[in-house]
Amino acid sequence: MTVKTKIKKPELLAPAGNLEKLKFAVLYGADAVYIGGQKYGLRSKAGNFSYEDMKEGVAFAHKHGAKVFVAANIMAHNEDFEGMAEYFQTLHQIGIDAVIIADPAVVDICREAAPELEIHISTQSSITNWQTVQFWANEGIPRVVLAREVSLDEIRKIKQHTDIEIEAFIHGAMCISYSGRCVLSNHMTSRDANRGGCAQSCRWKYDLFEELDGEENALFEEGDQPFTMSSKDLCMIEHIPELIDAGVDSLKIEGRMKSIHYIATVVNSYRRVIDAYCEDPEGFRFKPEWKEEILKAANRPLTTGFYFHNPTEEDQIFGLPPKMAAYDFAGLVLDYDPETKIALIEQRNHFKVGQEVEFVGPKRDKFIQRIDAIWDEEGNELDAARHPMQKVKIKVDHPVAPYDLMRKEK
Amino acid sequence: MGLQAPELIISSGSLAEVEKVLAAGADAVTVGDTRYALRASGHFDLTMIEAAVQLAHPQGKKVYVLVNALLHHEHLNGLEPYLGQLAEIKVDGIVFGDPAVFMTAKRVAPTLGLHWNTETTSTNYRTVQFWAKRGATRALLARELSLTEVLEIKRHSPIPIQVQVHGMTCIFHSKRELVSNYFRFQQREEAREEPLLLKEHVRKEEQYPIFEDQHGTHVMSNEDICMLEHLGPLIENRVDCFYIEGIRKSIDYNTQVVSIYRRAIDALLQDPQDPVNPDLVAELQKIQPANRPLGTGFYFKEQIY
Ligand code: SF4
Repeated sequence: MTVKTKIKKPELLAPAGNLEKLKFAVLYGADAVYIGGQKYGLRSKAGNFSYEDMKEGVAFAHKHGAKVFVAANIMAHNEDFEGMAEYFQTLHQIGIDAVIIADPAVVDICREAAPELEIHISTQSSITNWQTVQFWANEGIPRVVLAREVSLDEIRKIKQHTDIEIEAFIHGAMCISYSGRCVLSNHMTSRDANRGGCAQSCRWKYDLFEELDGEENALFEEGDQPFTMSSKDLCMIEHIPELIDAGVDSLKIEGRMKSIHYIATVVNSYRRVIDAYCEDPEGFRFKPEWKEEILKAANRPLTTGFYFHNPTEEDQIFGLPPKMAAYDFAGLVLDYDPETKIALIEQRNHFKVGQEVEFVGPKRDKFIQRIDAIWDEEGNELDAARHPMQKVKIKVDHPVAPYDLMRKEK
Repeated sequence: MGLQAPELIISSGSLAEVEKVLAAGADAVTVGDTRYALRASGHFDLTMIEAAVQLAHPQGKKVYVLVNALLHHEHLNGLEPYLGQLAEIKVDGIVFGDPAVFMTAKRVAPTLGLHWNTETTSTNYRTVQFWAKRGATRALLARELSLTEVLEIKRHSPIPIQVQVHGMTCIFHSKRELVSNYFRFQQREEAREEPLLLKEHVRKEEQYPIFEDQHGTHVMSNEDICMLEHLGPLIENRVDCFYIEGIRKSIDYNTQVVSIYRRAIDALLQDPQDPVNPDLVAELQKIQPANRPLGTGFYFKEQIY
């Protein structure tokens, strides 16, 4: 018998744009979720949490052994201080496990108002080296989120020199600038990027010119793609062992605006990889199906960002990104009767009799099911489920459970 | 009560430029070694920095050195000796954004002035207080602030504050080679004269200088800030330091701009309520490049989010 090496399991941290997504993230395998409150976050358009929702989210997460963090990562202006101390006190009373902060001003206010509330320094601070990590360690901060510009080698070095927790992004969209160092939106649209107003001006179309003797010379030709600055989305699903071995304490997924289907699928794939590796590091083999799962939900082409080299043109998107996600979220399982094998489904996208769908759940393997018949709640037979949120019944051969997802090929 | 004259500072790209802008009335210059400096106007090695100090100090003027890069590990080794050397040659201060620079300077070069500058993220007075408490001696404010916000920060700041009154600003910094990547994608080798100009497809009249260097890609503002006609309130409210960004401008232009601001400030010190002499404004407009419109940045603009 071989002796298995013990390795510390990192936290899998997932985004949750609202209460429903929080529940899916937790059930599909997140050890912690991060959410936005009504104020001070960078996603003014993501469905943000009221205090009531937070309470329910915290209760749900804690019941399942998961933590809840709140992002308060704006770069504050003077006017934002009003009400800020009370905000952090309330978060602490609600039982939030940590807040994610970028601005040292906000760090100070939070520490004064709620000294026991744990603070993590946000990726917006662009922390790129171990001495800066040490600076925050000296300040008594237990965790920092690294800049996305940090490589795997640099992470190893940071872990050698410091002993606070390191959180790193493993999946999702990313700013193509150093985070916090882009005010394109402010200048082009008067919307403050560092307070959640970013208009994604980096992804607009531009032309390049050079100035020669006072004349402007176009640097593009007929038929060229316009100049733009858009990164492919980060995906480290194939490199989880390297990240764990480098000592990353928390693996973070981006996407508070993303759908339930996306969150569930991405979280669950990473959950399976992390568990498989930590269970048996020596025997670990990457299963292609983990990546295939991710590709069923991915919206944009994927890259490993800065982890292995400074990104090139291969890591950017020029022109229209190719259509990616091959699957649609068709319905959500609300109930299942093992005797009759009838499942109650809430429709999320059109599906019809004769179609093949796939069921996925947090704990078991997916399977394919052919839809032989659809009934409405009164038992009338339907040829298709046409209406969003419509509740219908179908026969499902294998047991399913609430929170299982039903999806279909596009 | 007499008004304190604000310090007039300009970035410089060469020793010749340092000499000229000091003669034209600048109180201090900012220079940088491109290894540690973001968006320096030119490269100053240690010998050149020392020469600049020797030019400035006999006139009672100052030299500040940009050490404002976001540091990656390859920069850390040389940082400690470099900061020690800067202290030895008696530069008056360093401009930093990364806490790694701040910590190292406090350890190995405690006499250096520490000018905190995180560019886009120095946006409120509590952050200034945070850094002041830890030993920063000056705060350089973000340009995306209104005049009201600047003055409120001044009222609450225990250390001098510096604002930009003239020139272009950086509005985007990426570690990636975005221009080279684009040309590689188009499979075209462009011999290009940087900075290039970036133009929006939608509003073609807006053009933003863009250039690459060892720190990545930088996009600059489409307008030059010009607060010449609005210096009064800044002086009256004792904003301590006025900065002119000299990057991508000729020595002649920068020298004249310094001279214009010098004369405006000297007149306003008598009475800050007085309007600025229209001749000075005309003089500036005459030398302003046609493709660099003058504006007041965010001083009088509302932002939403
Ligand atoms: S414009 Fe692009 S790079 Fe800038 S903040 Fe927005 S998403 Fe990030």
